[in-house]
Amino acid sequence: MRFWRRRRHAHDPLVCREFVELVTDYLEGTLPAAERARFEAHLAECDGCTGYLEDIRRVAGTLHQTPEPPPDPETRDALLRAFRDVRGDS
Amino acid sequence: MHDDHALLERLRAGEEAAFATLVARHDGALRRVARTFVRTDAAVDDVVQETWLGVIRGLDGFEARSSLRTWIFSILVNQARTRAVREARSLPFSSVTDDDRPAVEPAAFGADGRWTSAPARLDGDPETGLLSAELREHLLEAVDGLSRDQRAVITLRDLVGMPANEVCDLLDITGVNQRVLLHRARARVRSALVPLVEVSG
Repeated sequence: MRFWRRRRHAHDPLVCREFVELVTDYLEGTLPAAERARFEAHLAECDGCTGYLEDIRRVAGTLHQTPEPPPDPETRDALLRAFRDVRGDS
Repeated sequence: MHDDHALLERLRAGEEAAFATLVARHDGALRRVARTFVRTDAAVDDVVQETWLGVIRGLDGFEARSSLRTWIFSILVNQARTRAVREARSLPFSSVTDDDRPAVEPAAFGADGRWTSAPARLDGDPETGLLSAELREHLLEAVDGLSRDQRAVITLRDLVGMPANEVCDLLDITGVNQRVLLHRARARVRSALVPLVEVSG
C-alpha cells in the first residue's frame, strides 16, 4: 500500500506549499492538464490558498491600473519642443 | 493596437497633443525599465530622452508590425543596452542569477506542507476588486524594492501590460525564465504589502 502510494506521487493531492509555487503557471495558462486538475482540486478545498491566489491576482490587476507619475513639466516641454522641431506642421 | 492607427496618423501629421498623450502614457514606465539597465538618474534621463528622440525621428519608418508601445520599448532597450555596455553594467537578465527564495516564507507551512494558520489577506476595494487605496500607495515602492530582473519583468508585464512573448523578446529571456521572474516578483510584492495589512482577529 505504502509503496503504491509513493509511486503515485505525481498524482497525490497538492499541499499549500506547492500550490503557492504554481500560481503563476496557473495564471499564465502553462500548467499541463494533470497539474491543472490537481491545482484546481486543491483550490476548491483550501480557503488559505484561494485567498493567496486572489491576492496575487489583485497585485497584478492593481499594478495594471496604476498610473505612472507623469514626467515633470520641464522634461515634457522639452520633448514637445523636440517634436515640434522635427515634425511641426506649421 | 486599434487606437494605435489613429494615434499614429496624428503623430505623423505633427499633432503635438498626440505626442503629449504618448509621453504621458509611457514616460514613467520607460524610466522604470531604463533604471533596470543603467545606474544613475542622469543616465536614466539620457536613455529615456534618446528614446523619445528616436520615436520622433522614427515615426515615418515605423511599419506597425508591432504595436506602437512595443516599438517604443524596443527603442528604449536598445538605447539602454548600448549605454549599459559603455558603463560596463550589461548583465543579461536571468532567473538563474536572481534571488530564488520561495514565494512564501517556509515557516508559514507545517511539516505537512499546509498553512499553519490562514495566510494574511491583502485588503481589497469592494468597488473595483483592486487593492485598497492604502495598499495602492505602497505598490510602486514594493516594485522598486525588487531585484533588477524581477523589476524589469513585472514592470513590463503588469504595469505596462505587455504580453509574455513580447517581454521575452525585449529582455532576451526564455518563456520559463520570464515566468519564474514574474512569479517571484508578484510573490515578493505581496509579501512586502502584507505587513501593512491590519491584523484582524
